[in-house]
Amino acid sequence: MLEVENVNSFYGKAHVLRDLTLSVPHGNVVALLGRNGAGKTTTMKSIMQLVRPASGSILFNGNSIANLPPHKIAKLGVGYVPEERRIFTDLTVSENLLVGKQPPREGAVTWTEAMLFDLFPNLAERRSNRGKALSGGEQQMLTIARTLMGNPSFILLDEPSEGVAPVIVEQMAKVIQQLKSEGLTVLLSEQNLHFAQAVADLAVIIESGAQVYSGTLKELNAQPEIRDAYLAA
Amino acid sequence: MEFFVAQLLTGLANASSLFLVACGLSLIFGVTRIVNFAHGSLYMLGAYIGYTLMQNLPGAVGFWGSILLAGIAVGIIGVLVEVLVLRPVYRAPELFQLVATFGVILVIQDLTLIIWGPEDLLGPRAPGLRGVYRIMGEPIPKYDIVLLVITPFIALALWYLITQTRVGVLVRAATQDREMVGALGVNQAVLFTGVFALGSALAGLGGALQLPKGGADLLMDFHILAPVFVVVVIGGMGSLPGAYLAAVIISVLNVFGVTYLPQSTLVLMFVVMVVVLMIRPYGLFGREEVAGEHGQVGEPELPIKPASNSVRMIVMAGLALLALLPVFGSSFAMVLTTDILIFCLFAASLHFLLGLGGLVSFGHAAYYGGGAYIAALLVTHANSPMEIAFLLAPLGAGLAALAIGWVCLRLTGVYFAMLTLAFAQLLWSLVFQWGSVTGGDDGLVNIWPSDWLNSTTAYFYFALLFSVGGILVLRHVAHSPFGYALRAARDSKRQAESTGINTQKVQLLAFGFAGFMGGLAGTLFVFSKGSVFPNELEIARSFDALIVVFLGGVKTLAGGVAGAAFFKGVEDLLTRFEYWRLVMGLLIIFVVIVAPQGIVGSIRKAAIRLNILKQGGQT
Repeated sequence: MLEVENVNSFYGKAHVLRDLTLSVPHGNVVALLGRNGAGKTTTMKSIMQLVRPASGSILFNGNSIANLPPHKIAKLGVGYVPEERRIFTDLTVSENLLVGKQPPREGAVTWTEAMLFDLFPNLAERRSNRGKALSGGEQQMLTIARTLMGNPSFILLDEPSEGVAPVIVEQMAKVIQQLKSEGLTVLLSEQNLHFAQAVADLAVIIESGAQVYSGTLKELNAQPEIRDAYLAA
Repeated sequence: MEFFVAQLLTGLANASSLFLVACGLSLIFGVTRIVNFAHGSLYMLGAYIGYTLMQNLPGAVGFWGSILLAGIAVGIIGVLVEVLVLRPVYRAPELFQLVATFGVILVIQDLTLIIWGPEDLLGPRAPGLRGVYRIMGEPIPKYDIVLLVITPFIALALWYLITQTRVGVLVRAATQDREMVGALGVNQAVLFTGVFALGSALAGLGGALQLPKGGADLLMDFHILAPVFVVVVIGGMGSLPGAYLAAVIISVLNVFGVTYLPQSTLVLMFVVMVVVLMIRPYGLFGREEVAGEHGQVGEPELPIKPASNSVRMIVMAGLALLALLPVFGSSFAMVLTTDILIFCLFAASLHFLLGLGGLVSFGHAAYYGGGAYIAALLVTHANSPMEIAFLLAPLGAGLAALAIGWVCLRLTGVYFAMLTLAFAQLLWSLVFQWGSVTGGDDGLVNIWPSDWLNSTTAYFYFALLFSVGGILVLRHVAHSPFGYALRAARDSKRQAESTGINTQKVQLLAFGFAGFMGGLAGTLFVFSKGSVFPNELEIARSFDALIVVFLGGVKTLAGGVAGAAFFKGVEDLLTRFEYWRLVMGLLIIFVVIVAPQGIVGSIRKAAIRLNILKQGGQT
């Protein structure tokens, strides 16, 4: 569904992604693993064209999305859940969802506010609260819910478990499993291997912006030396 | 009591236009992060277009239809401005778009002059609303009553649009994080254009609505800017209720001011603003400015380094050429070069603040004109010799800058910028209205240098010495530890503070120093011309300096000077033509679009490409 090939991205002069290649098959949850600073977030942003890669190709459903503006990529069905959450703190929960709302898309679930409140009951109670009044976990749920309002067929989920309470992490894992069962394809960046194991089928490990491992999570578990070499304890 | 109520009602009616224009400005800034200086020009266009429509459309329907159509027409003009001028430069460094809006101001000024001529137009009376209502025995124009009744409805409609519709939600979301809005599938370009159209339409509507009260003239673009900035700052950027309340406060105050303190109406507005900001730094309903958190474009600042030998050689050659000018140049060439040198110093002093300090002052003319006026006042009222004036005037300007800086530096970003502009306008209004001391509009004349400088050649050398000396001092300071501290404060206030730099103090000193140098330029100016008029303190003068600094290149040390030399030279050429503003405006817009790094930045880029200069430093 997503093919990233030989992508190079820079921040100013810093070369962050080096000939990065990875692929996300339809219907799978792929965990993008790597240490802090390995380039996970830059990978997400490069796919979304929030960081413009200097070279390389990015295909979504066979069509090149490199050089498209971010809103067009979103319109194609790519949902982006940023690591920093970036919810609109001055807007209410309902208004945040409204910003994400897009027309229904063929082959993807058409989400409504009510469905999302079923998925994230905490948000339902807070629908009229402003974003800044939410807890970290609630903000994380809101940012996922907001992206789902765009009825994506594929989402980029950047470190959803970062900085949220263990209960919420568990809830998040259930949500991702449910989304997967509804046919959503997910590229999930994670430092938390435990969390990745609970939800992902495939794993890609990157180090210094280049792919160093690709395979199933099962295979990865059988090779602890790779884990120790590239992932933090 | 009756009189009091009548005054209050007049004030409320006057608030109408001010509110609409301020709302538009605030809306546009919120989403696009552009302080649209051309907003006053759009307001002016609204008045002129409304006037022409009213001439052709009869009756009450024609009158109100004209107002509405004027709003729509200006909205369309706004779209043109956004698409043609601003869209190509959204990705340019922050604030660079400002310069483009200056260009738009000049273009609109001349187009208006070409289409409608130089005479002030008397606005037509609203049909059926010619007389007055008697309220508690006091006559209130009927049109005023209508205005004060409909304004709250317009405000309500806007409030509904912003708070209750998806468009409004998107606008508010984009105000906070426009990149994220884009990542969620919203086409920012359409949103920006839409917001620009709406904001412009509001300005046009405001211009047309005030026709029966004020008419249309070619100065209204600049005249509305200061009150609008004041309203936006007092009300709080992006707040509708704030804008309304502030517009009412300013207008009511103005009406009472005319009655009780007719000499100080202009000053009063700024006094109120300063008081409000002392108590509530981000305005009555405003929030702290968090621009730049997300979605801002711009490369990290490059370090600056001392000029390379080849650059030094070029500069030395240029200076030698200047020093020889009296040998081969005409006296006209010397006068023109003196003007250019003085302007270069003025621009360099602003560049010091803007480029190195990251402090965008919209009112740097306050210190330039201030220095000129202090010198002129000393000569006129104290009979002081030129030498004393040369000593005291820059000092006075520096002290004024310290005082004003002390207030302004409590704020950051656009609030800071607007406050500096407001202070400059305050000084301007003081000078303009305090005729007994400053000569008002007639200015101060007969301010000539001492005998030993009383020839064009002597004064040329004098100006050369002080301008180049001043610029070199500014450069030197940029490379001193103080300059490092200033740049550290610009790049990251928090980190600078944690390394022990008192950023507040450093920035205040920089502000004072830049004021001093601006004052020196002003003093040089007044003795070269022998007179000074309030226009040396005007917004337009501050803008001149901003334009050259941006055009020259903010991020290059030589930017201010190069821009000033270029701009003054071109201006001298162009002002010989009748519609020079049009050409100048188009030229500015052109430079902004093709050379978003400014003149020096673009030359350097070319030089790097041609391997003349090494990458990684600034000269």
